[in-house]
Amino acid sequence: QFSDSAGYVGFANLPNQVHRKSVKKGFEFTLMVVGESGLGKSTLINSLFLTDLYPERYIPGAAEKIERTVQIEASTVEIEERGVKLRLTVVDTPGYGDAINSQDCFKTIIQYIDNQFERYLHDESGLNRRHIIDNRVHCCFYFISPFGHGLKPLDVEFMKALHGKVNIVPVIAKADTLTLKERERLKRRVLDEISEHGIRIYQLPDADSDEDEEFKEQTRASIPFAVIGSNQLIEVKGKKIRGRLYPWGVVEVENPEHNDFLKLRTMLVTHMQDLQEVTQDLHYENFRSERLKRTGK
Amino acid sequence: GSSLEPQERSMEPPAVPEEEEPLTAASGPEGQQLFGYVGIEAVLDQMKIKTMKMGFEFNIMVVGQSGLGKSTMVNTLFKSKVSPKSSQPGQEERVPKTVQLQSVTHVIEEKGVKMKLTVTDTPGFGDQINNENCWDPIIKYINEQYERYLREEILITRKRKIPDTRVHGCVYFIPPTGHWLRPLDLEFMRRLSKIVNVVPVIAKADTLTLEERAEFKQRVRTGPRGARGCPMSPPAPLKPCAPQIQEDLRTHAISVYPQEDFDQDPDDRALNDRIREKIPFAVVGADQEHQLNGKRVLGRKTKWGVIEVENPAHCEFPLLRDLLIRSHLQDLKDITHNVHYESYRVRRLSESHRLALSPLNGLPPAPPAAPTAPPQRCPSPA
Repeated sequence: QFSDSAGYVGFANLPNQVHRKSVKKGFEFTLMVVGESGLGKSTLINSLFLTDLYPERYIPGAAEKIERTVQIEASTVEIEERGVKLRLTVVDTPGYGDAINSQDCFKTIIQYIDNQFERYLHDESGLNRRHIIDNRVHCCFYFISPFGHGLKPLDVEFMKALHGKVNIVPVIAKADTLTLKERERLKRRVLDEISEHGIRIYQLPDADSDEDEEFKEQTRASIPFAVIGSNQLIEVKGKKIRGRLYPWGVVEVENPEHNDFLKLRTMLVTHMQDLQEVTQDLHYENFRSERLKRTGK
Repeated sequence: GSSLEPQERSMEPPAVPEEEEPLTAASGPEGQQLFGYVGIEAVLDQMKIKTMKMGFEFNIMVVGQSGLGKSTMVNTLFKSKVSPKSSQPGQEERVPKTVQLQSVTHVIEEKGVKMKLTVTDTPGFGDQINNENCWDPIIKYINEQYERYLREEILITRKRKIPDTRVHGCVYFIPPTGHWLRPLDLEFMRRLSKIVNVVPVIAKADTLTLEERAEFKQRVRTGPRGARGCPMSPPAPLKPCAPQIQEDLRTHAISVYPQEDFDQDPDDRALNDRIREKIPFAVVGADQEHQLNGKRVLGRKTKWGVIEVENPAHCEFPLLRDLLIRSHLQDLKDITHNVHYESYRVRRLSESHRLALSPLNGLPPAPPAAPTAPPQRCPSPA
């Protein structure tokens, strides 16, 4: 099985051992989506993972929305691809930004994130650590409206409140309402405002020597990703693709020239592990230290 | 400029959208069907790259009387002069009066993967006239490493990567007497297998012929009838009898690695059963190369031939190496972390009221339960 070349011990095989165990175990990942209603969050999630997480959707009318507070809805789906199992939990936050006075709408969200940390801390400190489930939020897609001129006050407040608790990935939704120039302008505006307010969004780790340095740079330069989602299949040039049909043409979801969807998906999938690690090593550890300090020894 | 399709499209009639297809095919118990390709596999590649970048720690302990070839064995395993041999001139090795523990750490690299290897030797073990309790310093050392890890784990501000000095595997060298396991061997393995992965090997197996080896193994596994260590009658004729072999080991409550209780699935079990059939491995160590049939081989040269260490027909060193390094290295670490360390932690948490975690537990300290069943495997939070 292994060439017994002189001097070859064989521990270089360790990554394969880890690989094998990981495939058996599978992965868990929790993704939160936050943004005003109607920005295409659900459609985007479905497009990203090629699933239908919201089969029977009920969209409330305006009158109902007045009274609404933010809900937290988590749905879990198991995705398997080439033997690799992923247990994906998507945490949706309907009602965010709906109320006339949205002052408190992210309190519920913060509480949810903290609760997951609290639960994990409790499990980790317990006697029986056999069945610890990691429900902590590993990543939060924050949807920015393409209709404004950058970040809204609510966007700024939310991100400032959450950037110490979760990895924030800002996303410009419904990007097909913008031309390329308008997109670039909006992206720059958003980035400036993020930096102005000292908001810490998720940073991609530096590329390894053998990874595609250029690709990583391109990805980094595209943040915030301007995306389009679609649940519809349209026939274009003999192929069925996901897209949106307009009288003036078809917007293709998976066409990198049309939007950053592929970049977003690639980034998410290749950085799932890093997102989990940053959640564990940074956000969770911060929570834990604060919590333990408060309890006092 | 528009970001939509090129102009020629406007010449054709607009495409008709398909009926909104159900995006989920029949969802089986395993999950939803994908319509297309997401690319989840990429996560695995990331893990591999990360493992390679980070490198890893591996700690083994070698236990056995002096002169059984422990240091040579370690050097043979890792193909480098990791341990200083006690047979070398200039090594002022007088047999210590008590068991000393000596740890040596090396960083070795192979194909881009870095390993921080720590080998803990135990000179003085079993060398005295009265060897009672000679395992105590060893047990103490092992528990000390668990304690160290635990203390790091409960700090308010923890290190991102807690240094792991816990012993992942303890290779126990059985002298090739060809007779029975000695009371010392039984006592040691019984006590240690409760707190660490024990891998017993028959040392210096080149002093045994193949028949003698098979017989010895049979005895090691079966154990003498009647009083411990005292054969009541001549050994029964060789008849490999699997249920009995395991049963006798179990009678002495000795659960050596790979422990049956921790097989995770049928594949694991099949693989580990094959290994268990051959335990203990009859090994020979050598760190010198000789010329044989035009090849360089690692071995011991005698007047009657060259004992090739890596030749499975000569000895089972390759099996030991494959087990410890090539196939079960990660498993050794996982079991240490998920089983042995967890047992230790539970014991400590139950004893101590003063650990920082107590306010969070809300659990009254329970009296430490006497383990009737071996510790169960649990998934790792780390």
